[in-house]
Amino acid sequence: MSASHNHPAPAPLGGPLVTPTTKLLAALVAIALVILLVRFIFGIGAVTNINDGYTWGIWVVYDVVIGSAFACGGYSVALLVYIFNKGEYHPMVRPALLASLFGYTLAGVGVIFDLGRYWNFWHIFWPGYAQPNSVMFEVALCISAYIIVMWLEFSPAFLEKFGKQDVKKKLNKLLFFIIALGALLPSMHQSSLGSLLVVFGYQVHPLWQSILLPLFYLMTAITIGFAVVIFEACLSSSGFKRPLEMHLLGKLSKVMLGMLAVYLALRVVDLVLRGAIGSMFSISIEALMFWIEMGLFIAPLVILSKPATRRNPSKLFIAACCLMAAGFILRINSYLVGYETGPGWHYFPSVPEIMVSIGMIALEILGYIVLVRYLPILPGSNNSAIATNK
Amino acid sequence: MSENNIENDESIVALEKRLGISRRSFMQFCAAMAATMGLPNDAVAAIAKAVATKKRPSVIWLHFQECTGCTESLLRAEHPTLEKLILDVISLDYHETLFAAAGHQAEAARRSAMKANKGKYILVVEGAIPTKDNGIYCKIGGQTAIEMLKECAADAAAVIAIGSCASWGGMPSTPPNPTGSVSAGEILGKVIPNIPGCPPNPYNFLSTVVHFLTFGKLPEVDAIGRPKFAYSRLIHENCERRAHFDAGRFAMEFGDEGHRKGYCLYKLGCKGPETYANCPAILFGDVGNASWPVGTGHPCIGCTEKGVAFTKPIHELAVLKTISPPVGLPRIIEEQGVGVTLGAAVLTAAVAGAAFGAGKKMAENLGKNVKLDEGHDERTPS
Repeated sequence: MSASHNHPAPAPLGGPLVTPTTKLLAALVAIALVILLVRFIFGIGAVTNINDGYTWGIWVVYDVVIGSAFACGGYSVALLVYIFNKGEYHPMVRPALLASLFGYTLAGVGVIFDLGRYWNFWHIFWPGYAQPNSVMFEVALCISAYIIVMWLEFSPAFLEKFGKQDVKKKLNKLLFFIIALGALLPSMHQSSLGSLLVVFGYQVHPLWQSILLPLFYLMTAITIGFAVVIFEACLSSSGFKRPLEMHLLGKLSKVMLGMLAVYLALRVVDLVLRGAIGSMFSISIEALMFWIEMGLFIAPLVILSKPATRRNPSKLFIAACCLMAAGFILRINSYLVGYETGPGWHYFPSVPEIMVSIGMIALEILGYIVLVRYLPILPGSNNSAIATNK
Repeated sequence: MSENNIENDESIVALEKRLGISRRSFMQFCAAMAATMGLPNDAVAAIAKAVATKKRPSVIWLHFQECTGCTESLLRAEHPTLEKLILDVISLDYHETLFAAAGHQAEAARRSAMKANKGKYILVVEGAIPTKDNGIYCKIGGQTAIEMLKECAADAAAVIAIGSCASWGGMPSTPPNPTGSVSAGEILGKVIPNIPGCPPNPYNFLSTVVHFLTFGKLPEVDAIGRPKFAYSRLIHENCERRAHFDAGRFAMEFGDEGHRKGYCLYKLGCKGPETYANCPAILFGDVGNASWPVGTGHPCIGCTEKGVAFTKPIHELAVLKTISPPVGLPRIIEEQGVGVTLGAAVLTAAVAGAAFGAGKKMAENLGKNVKLDEGHDERTPS
């Protein structure tokens, strides 16, 4: 598909692997590993603040729910390229997919940290243990399957590196099926992450509890996916001194904007129809957090409303950041702030919990830096591209 | 000498006449003593011979800060003739509760017994000793407890502390310990054999004395002076409810289904897992099966153990010295979470601030330094 558009072929970036940035990231990862060692020796209560009222802390809400939403870049771009046949975005697929691969793989690993009896994790894959009516089962199975699918989807990058052209050829014949799965699976579990909250019932505050939550989660996951692609493009162009693909990002932002507008309209209509609109004017932490969330969703809409600002990289970057923050706060709000199991229960992440999440983010960035330098992921510069194409 | 032969020994026959008890009861007593100490079968004969023939050791029994429960439990031992036997095994020359004499007469008896058996008598201490304000909170015949104990201990062949008060301070030493009470060992500045318990099992005391009588020395003791035959195992190890503990079946409150079914009392605060004593093995009161606190459905309060009894609340969870129950089982009081801590709030604010700062810097940088690929020569999609 990429050949028909004559894009520069992806090429390894090269360059040093040991820099002050990578050293700092490695130190943060090391801190997280030490804390995780304590967690696996002394149990989950030794390092986290989670309790019987809040059985999920940020290791699930950030590392899995938010982490997988931030990892939707690959999904969103794949949707555009393969489902809506917008081949022009093809150069973005590999970098987006890499970030998604990291996000999802670490989300899967993050679940292990959070499972009290992690040694039973394999039960998900064993039909005898399956409870097909469970939303959680759907999420767990679907995310696990998607991680495998993504590694397959991404494998051409490895195969190119290691010169396994014949394997790549065989894989290419099957790739359409894997890509189709890659577009289907996130649609399933990203919406199911919202369904998980629907089954919590009245324990979730009326500002967030809605039968439309699966749709909201799916729509925000896709818009966040686009935002993440813009965010990463800006970061890598700045960090690796590469030109920024404004022509693509500008168009992408327009798609993102349309999706966002539909989401916001649905969100407000839903609040009105459910009669929950009054809750947002109460004096409470929930109402405050709701306004922060909505503010962050509306900001990109305002910033990017004029075509001129969509061509301004710094404005585009700010809008993408706002949208990512909005998706972040929406998930924090509905899973933790607006979640109440009864009087007396409290949760706020402990310092070790936060340090582990920071370590996960550091590991993602570190892995991204190492792999784009080592594997053919980012579009090569025009000169080298011509050289390799000919 | 076998058990059968000794039954017809003339000294036993004499003892039978003297005390008016059957030979069978006497041999049972000797067998019980040997069994309590974990001694082999032929020790029974040695014990019987020793009890029947040896000169009874003089015993001086001091009472300080206590409730006389130790003496009571010894006298209420339910073998019908036991108290006679006790009084026959030992020559109790001074005992405030049991004395007919009073005042100066009693003190004179003590002094004469000490003089007559110098270096040979056994001193038994019951009760803690107050030390605050020079020990004025416990005085007998004008002497403080400290003075009396030191005087009596000077020429004793052995000093034995009976009960938790004399062994480690017991109930009188419960914080805030207003009289500054301490154990007999602390006053004497050495580890002395002690039989803690509130009250202690009378057989543990009698066995210790009989051991002294039979073998001329006190039984082997642990680092804090407790006879090993009685205090080397945790109650938890021999508890009849232990299987319920291992299976995770707990009584959660008095009278609930688990309690009625005799489940483990750990979650009601049973201190068995941190208390060393032989209660589940030899029971109390000679009335048979289940006649000990846990057997009757009440959690052990750890009465033999310093820092447990009279210090920890009765229903506080015990420290598990050997194994922990599976963590998957529910706790009595589930922690409800600590909420936001200063460290976590600062860290969250720092992360948010760093993210905001980095984003702002990045946005400025993008506006100035980054080359844009506007795609003017872009190949339009075919």
